[in-house]
Amino acid sequence: MNHLDEYRQAVSESADYARQLKKESGRKIIGYTCSYTPEEVIMAAGAHPMRLFGTKQHISLADSHLQSYCCSVVRGILEEGLSRRVDYLDGMVFPHTCDTMQRLSDIWRMNIPFGFHLDIILPVKLNTASAKDYMIDVLKKFRDDLSRKLNVEISDDDLQKAITTMNAIRRSIRTIYDIRSQHPHLLPGEDLYNIVRASMIMDRVKLAGMLAETAAELQKMVAGAGSVSVKRILLAGGMCNQPDVYTMIEEAGGAIVWDDFCTGARYFTGLTDAGNNPVSSIGERLMNRVVCPAKHTDLDGRAQHIIRLAKEKNAGGVIFLMFKFCDPHAFDYPYLKEYLEKAGIPLLAVEIDDSLPAGGQLQTRLEAFLEMV
Amino acid sequence: MTDHTQDNEKKAVNFEKRMRDIMTTYYIDAKTARQNHKKVAWITSGGPVEPLIAMDIIPVYPENHGAMIGASKMGVDLCKKAEEMGYSSDLCSYARCDISCATVNGGPIGGLPEPDMLVCCNNICGTVLKWYEVQARYFKVPLFIFDTPIVHTEFTPEIKTYVQRQMEEYVLFLEGVSGRKLDWDRMMEVGRLSVEAQMLWQDILDTTISRPSPLSAFDAFFFLALIVTLRGTRETVDFYQGLRDEMRRRASEGQGAIPRERYRLLWDNLPIWYRLKWLSREFAKHDACLVADTYTSAWCGSLKYVDPKDFLGSAAESYARIYLNQGVDQMAETILSMIDKYGADGIVMHSNRSCKPYSFGQYDIQKIVQRERGIPSLMLEADMCDERSFSEAQVQTRIDAFMEMIRANKGEA
Repeated sequence: MNHLDEYRQAVSESADYARQLKKESGRKIIGYTCSYTPEEVIMAAGAHPMRLFGTKQHISLADSHLQSYCCSVVRGILEEGLSRRVDYLDGMVFPHTCDTMQRLSDIWRMNIPFGFHLDIILPVKLNTASAKDYMIDVLKKFRDDLSRKLNVEISDDDLQKAITTMNAIRRSIRTIYDIRSQHPHLLPGEDLYNIVRASMIMDRVKLAGMLAETAAELQKMVAGAGSVSVKRILLAGGMCNQPDVYTMIEEAGGAIVWDDFCTGARYFTGLTDAGNNPVSSIGERLMNRVVCPAKHTDLDGRAQHIIRLAKEKNAGGVIFLMFKFCDPHAFDYPYLKEYLEKAGIPLLAVEIDDSLPAGGQLQTRLEAFLEMV
Repeated sequence: MTDHTQDNEKKAVNFEKRMRDIMTTYYIDAKTARQNHKKVAWITSGGPVEPLIAMDIIPVYPENHGAMIGASKMGVDLCKKAEEMGYSSDLCSYARCDISCATVNGGPIGGLPEPDMLVCCNNICGTVLKWYEVQARYFKVPLFIFDTPIVHTEFTPEIKTYVQRQMEEYVLFLEGVSGRKLDWDRMMEVGRLSVEAQMLWQDILDTTISRPSPLSAFDAFFFLALIVTLRGTRETVDFYQGLRDEMRRRASEGQGAIPRERYRLLWDNLPIWYRLKWLSREFAKHDACLVADTYTSAWCGSLKYVDPKDFLGSAAESYARIYLNQGVDQMAETILSMIDKYGADGIVMHSNRSCKPYSFGQYDIQKIVQRERGIPSLMLEADMCDERSFSEAQVQTRIDAFMEMIRANKGEA
C-alpha cells in the first residue's frame, strides 16, 4: 500500500518532519499536548499544529522538575522541551486537561526559552449551558491570543477551510477504521497506529489527500479480502504510546477492531459543522465528542460508550492500557470493570510506565486473555 | 546536642478541648441529621460552603474526614481496602480512604453520614471530580460541579462570567434538592460571618510573626478544622476570636510554641497527618518552629477578592483564585512573601504523592526560593495519609542534615 512508509516515517522521525516542513513551507509550528486542542484555529492562522506525545529518549533533565510519581507522558514532553529536541516549535499551547498537564504548562512556561506559550483553559464540565458559553468564550480568546502571537488575522473563511480539511481527515480515518473493523487483516494494527499518530504530525492538507487515497486503496482490497478467524479486541485507555502492543496482540491471535484512545477514535469521532459560526461549531464538537475522563459529561457515559463500542464492533474483549500515575483513568477503571463484567465483556488491564512490562510476561498475559475471549 | 524535647514541646493549649467539643457536636449533628430532618451535603475543602450554612444544610467534608483517618493512623487499612476494590495505590489517599470507608463505615468515627447531595469544587484539584463521580454513583445522589478554571496567569473576564453564573446555578441546585428557597438576608449574614472568620484566621496565623512564635504550623493544622468546615457560623467566629486573643496574649508575654525558638521554618503542602507529633518533636529538638505554611493559609489567602457587601457575587472570584488554583510562579511569589513576612530561615516541602497539583512545581519553587532568598529547603517524600510512603529513618536523617544547613546558613555551624 502507498503512503504507509510516509506515515511511519513521520511518526518515528517527527522532529525531522517538523523541521523539514518548517523549512519548505515557512510555516510556524505550534506544539500541543491534548486532543481537545482546537487544531482548526492553529491551521486557520496559517500555522502547523504538532502534537507532542512524550519521548522515547532517556530522561535526564525532566527529573529535576517533576517527582517520580508523574506520568511518563508529561515527563517525556517536558524532556523534549528541556533537551531542545523540539526547539523548532514557534509556540506551545496547553489545553487544560488533568492536574499533571496543568502543572506541565506552568513548568514549561517558566523554563522553556523558545517559542511562545498559551493556555487554553477549557471547562472541565461539558454538560451545562454556562459551560458551553464558557467553552466558546475560551475558543474566541484563543483565536485572539494566537492571532496576536503570530501577528496574523484569523478570518472566518480560514476557519471554515480548516474545518473542512479536518473533517476530511476525520472522515477518512473513520473509513479506514470501519474497513479494518470488518477486515482486520488488511492492515496491521501498527500501521493503523501510525496513521492516527501521523495525522497529528503531518501537514494536514497534504494528509487529507493521502488518507483519502489510503482509504480508497483499502476499499479496493475488500473485494478479494476473504475472511480470517481472529479474536476481536477493543483497546481502551488514554493514549497509546506503544505500537508493539498491536503486534503482540496480533501475534497472540487477536485483532484490534476499534479503540477508545485520544490518539485513536476519540480524535476522529465527531465532525465539525463548517457553517456560519466556525468558532461555535468547533466548541460544539469539543462539547459533544467522546469524553476524556479528565472531563465531566455524566456519571457513566464512558462505560456505556465502551460497552456500545464493544457490541457494535463485535469485540470479544477489551484491553485497557493504563498509564501509571494517570489519575483520571485510574479512577474510572473500577467502575468500567464493574459495568463491563455486568455486560459479560471480558477485560484485561495492562499498566504502562515509560515502557511495556517485560516482554515475555505481557505476551503470556495477552495470550491467556485471548484464550478466554 | 542536649535533648530538651520534653520541655521544648508546645504547652498544651486549652483551646484544643473546646475545639474538639465543637467538632464532636458538629459530627453528632451531622450523623443524626436524618432523624432531625436535615439534609447533608458532602463538599470539597475548597468549595463554597456558605450557601449550605445559609440553607441549614449540614456540610460534611470527606477531606477533613481523610485528615482524621490519617491522624488516627487508620489510613493504610482503608487505602488497602480501596486497592482491593480496584483503585490504584497511586491515587490520592484521601480519595482512597473515603471511597472504601463509605462501603464499610470504618475510620475513627464509624464513617460519615450518607449524603443527600454532593458539591464538588475543582479549585483544589481534578482528583475531586473523579472522586465525587465515584461517590455520586455509589450513593445515587445529585452532584453539583463547581468548575473553577485554573488561573495560570490571569483571571480573565471569561472565567469571571463562568464562575459567577455557576454561583447562581449552585443556589438553584441547592433549592431544588432541599425544596427550600435561599433566604438572602440570612445569606448576607453567613457571608459576613465567613469573611469575619477568615480575617480572624489570618490574624491567628499572623501572630506567628512574633518571636518566639506563640503558634506553630502543627497547631494551625489542628485549629484549621473550623475554618474549613464551619466558616459562616457565629460559633466559628467566637472561637477564633478567643484563640486570636489568647495567641496575642502569649505573643506579648513572649510565650513561644517552642520555648527556645531559634529557627523559623515554613511548611509547604498538606500535613503528614500520621506523623504530626513525631515531626513536631523532631523540629523542636533543633529549636525550630514551623511558623507558617501554605496549606492553612489557603483558607484566607483569597480574602482580598471578597466584597463583604456582595458576598455571593465576589465569592465566585475568591473561590477561583485560591492558592492551589494558580500558576506555579504565582505560588512561588506567595511563598517568597511569606518567607519575608514570617522571617523564615528555611522551607520544608512535603512532596506529597497524593497531591499532584500541589507537588508538581515544588522543585521549581525550591530553585526560586534558593535564588531569590538564599535560604535552604528540605524536600520530604511522603504521603498525607498512606504511611507506606513514609520512611522515618530517612526523614529523620534529612531533617538533621537540613538543620545543619540552616545553622551554617546563619553562620552558626
